[in-house]
Amino acid sequence: MNMELTSDNNSYAAAFRALRSRAHEPAWLAELRERSFELFARTGLPTVREEEWKYTNIAQIEKASFSPVIELNGAARIDEQDLAAATYEEARHSRFVFVNGVFRQDLSTSGGGIDELVALDFTTALRTPEYAGSIRHSLEEQQRNGFAALNAALFSPGLFLRFPRGFVATSPIQLLFLTAPANGERPASFPRVLVHAEAGSVATLIESYTAAPGRPYLTNARIDLVIDDEARITHYKVQRESGEGFHVAATEVELGRKSFYQSTSINLGGKLSRHDIGVRMDHEGAECWVDGLYMIEGEQHTDTHSVIDHRQANCTSRQLYKGILDGKARAVFNGKVFVRHGAQQTDAQQTNKNLLLSKEAQVDTKPQLEIFADDVKCTHGAAVGQLEEDELFYLESRGINPALARNMLTYGFAEEVIERIKIDSIRRELDRAVLNRLHSEFQIEA
Amino acid sequence: MNEMLEIRNLHAAIDGKEILRGINLKVNKGEVHAIMGPNGSGKSTLAKVLAGHPAYEVTAGEVIYDGKNLLEMSPDERAREGVFMAFQYPVEVPGVSNAQFLRLAYNEKQKHLGQEELDPLEFKDLLKEKAALVEMDASFMARSVNEGFSGGEKKRNEILQMAVLDPKLSVLDETDSGLDIDALRIVAEGVNKLHDKDKAVIVVTHYQRLLNYIVPDFVHVLSAGRIVKEGGKELALELEEKGYDWLKNVKSEPPAIAGGQVVRA
Repeated sequence: MNMELTSDNNSYAAAFRALRSRAHEPAWLAELRERSFELFARTGLPTVREEEWKYTNIAQIEKASFSPVIELNGAARIDEQDLAAATYEEARHSRFVFVNGVFRQDLSTSGGGIDELVALDFTTALRTPEYAGSIRHSLEEQQRNGFAALNAALFSPGLFLRFPRGFVATSPIQLLFLTAPANGERPASFPRVLVHAEAGSVATLIESYTAAPGRPYLTNARIDLVIDDEARITHYKVQRESGEGFHVAATEVELGRKSFYQSTSINLGGKLSRHDIGVRMDHEGAECWVDGLYMIEGEQHTDTHSVIDHRQANCTSRQLYKGILDGKARAVFNGKVFVRHGAQQTDAQQTNKNLLLSKEAQVDTKPQLEIFADDVKCTHGAAVGQLEEDELFYLESRGINPALARNMLTYGFAEEVIERIKIDSIRRELDRAVLNRLHSEFQIEA
Repeated sequence: MNEMLEIRNLHAAIDGKEILRGINLKVNKGEVHAIMGPNGSGKSTLAKVLAGHPAYEVTAGEVIYDGKNLLEMSPDERAREGVFMAFQYPVEVPGVSNAQFLRLAYNEKQKHLGQEELDPLEFKDLLKEKAALVEMDASFMARSVNEGFSGGEKKRNEILQMAVLDPKLSVLDETDSGLDIDALRIVAEGVNKLHDKDKAVIVVTHYQRLLNYIVPDFVHVLSAGRIVKEGGKELALELEEKGYDWLKNVKSEPPAIAGGQVVRA
């Protein structure tokens, strides 16, 4: 790409300049933003010529003129009802709300047994040296592409969550990202969150994305989790962007000794979505479960790229991603598992299974295992299939109509992922989403 | 009217290959018919065609069930109208409990017949009673349909479905395959308890063994897609003794049914 800013990223440049003119950030952060924006200006957004973006063409994002949102936007009035609808019941006293990527303390609730946790916007958190260290560490991670660079340049202001040593959250904590049209523009939002789970802490996070339908918009999110020794974090990402939404998100996780991380990424919405998830196991005895379910239709496109990096001995990873595609939908799954030199006794399993409900749906799946240690137990596999005629016939032969039979079998396919979800309201939401795909009335009873 | 099913000159093919080549069969209410024959003779195909399996194409003939054209009905309509096939290889349906599945199927039928649907609690009572018929433990009701069931448990579950759906015409496709003697007895007793003068059963089997328990009124022997021999229950014993090889020399004897009734051999 060229050095010159094209007219399309002028709005990004304008936003960057506006952000730079604010003086209340430390010098290192200002420099970091500068470097990041330069990187973006130089490399642009990724193209299909890059291996990592081979099957996901983001030209539409490039072409659409999005307006970056970098400050509290009065125009984005939030209806309490919309907010309530986007809130998971279990997290109603522990939700942190972002509107168009900007953290809104005024809409957030923090109580219900989570009052010990630290929740500060980056600007405030940076005044405490201890927190500043964590934030700087996460921001200075290498930026793997133009989206990451753009997020680092334009996030505003970012939320820092710290679970103190031994903290046990009694209710799940929701990071609620809501896109609302502002001034008739097409907002581009750059949410950024750092979660630091100190040693022995236990918590469940729900990261959710929803939007009011209407205009196109872009979500470019970045969530970092630093999970210290023996901490246990369960993480649900529920992506239900509107049909006009573009969703690009990255999750970066670092695991401490004997820590435990379980994530389930649900992708249902968006015109185009991309999720990069990286789990770095730099200490012995860590365990992670990285699961996902994507269910798309029409002309939706979803792409998951994961990297599970076993860098030390005695770590365990499990990955199960399932995909359901209808219409002309297209999905990409690329899962890398690295077992580094010396990471003996690694136990890694990776599976990606896809169910195609139409002839025109398409999946590109590529599980990749790279092993540089010799005493390990690793398996991986991928499958793409359709509903079996014999299975459908079996249900129909019991008097069940064909549409319902298809939904039941589709549900059966997804259930392996759904049953591991421990938040009732998320599970119910998925039950409905899967079973009502063909507008049938079947309900799974608890 | 006493007649339950009439099959006239039925021809059916799969992937362009003709399997059934002119089946004629009449089944009256209250009767038990056995369809026997060597592997590949078309007996399972006949069962599947009656249930409406989409892989089979009916190329000629007709099937009248309870005065209606069976072949015009979709598989789910047939089921709601009272046709039931017990599968040789029942399918696992993960994520849907046996109880949910059975209630759904039961209510679909009730709805169709304009009869009362049951809520989960009411249905539980019905299910308990039916499960006792096939000696199935309550723990099976909460489990996903057939998932992780042994071969025998799957077959018993088929008969449980039959008990719940209370079909007029039951077709048991090789229900005895893979069953040990105890399971065979349980399954057969279940079928016998469900049978009455207004219902009919067609038992498709390779072996005579099951017919010791479910005693047929008529036995039809299939070979190469045609009924080549018919008789009473003694015919099954004869087959057990002689095997199927001798059939090769028996000429097909259509139409074996004269005046609508098979004369006992």
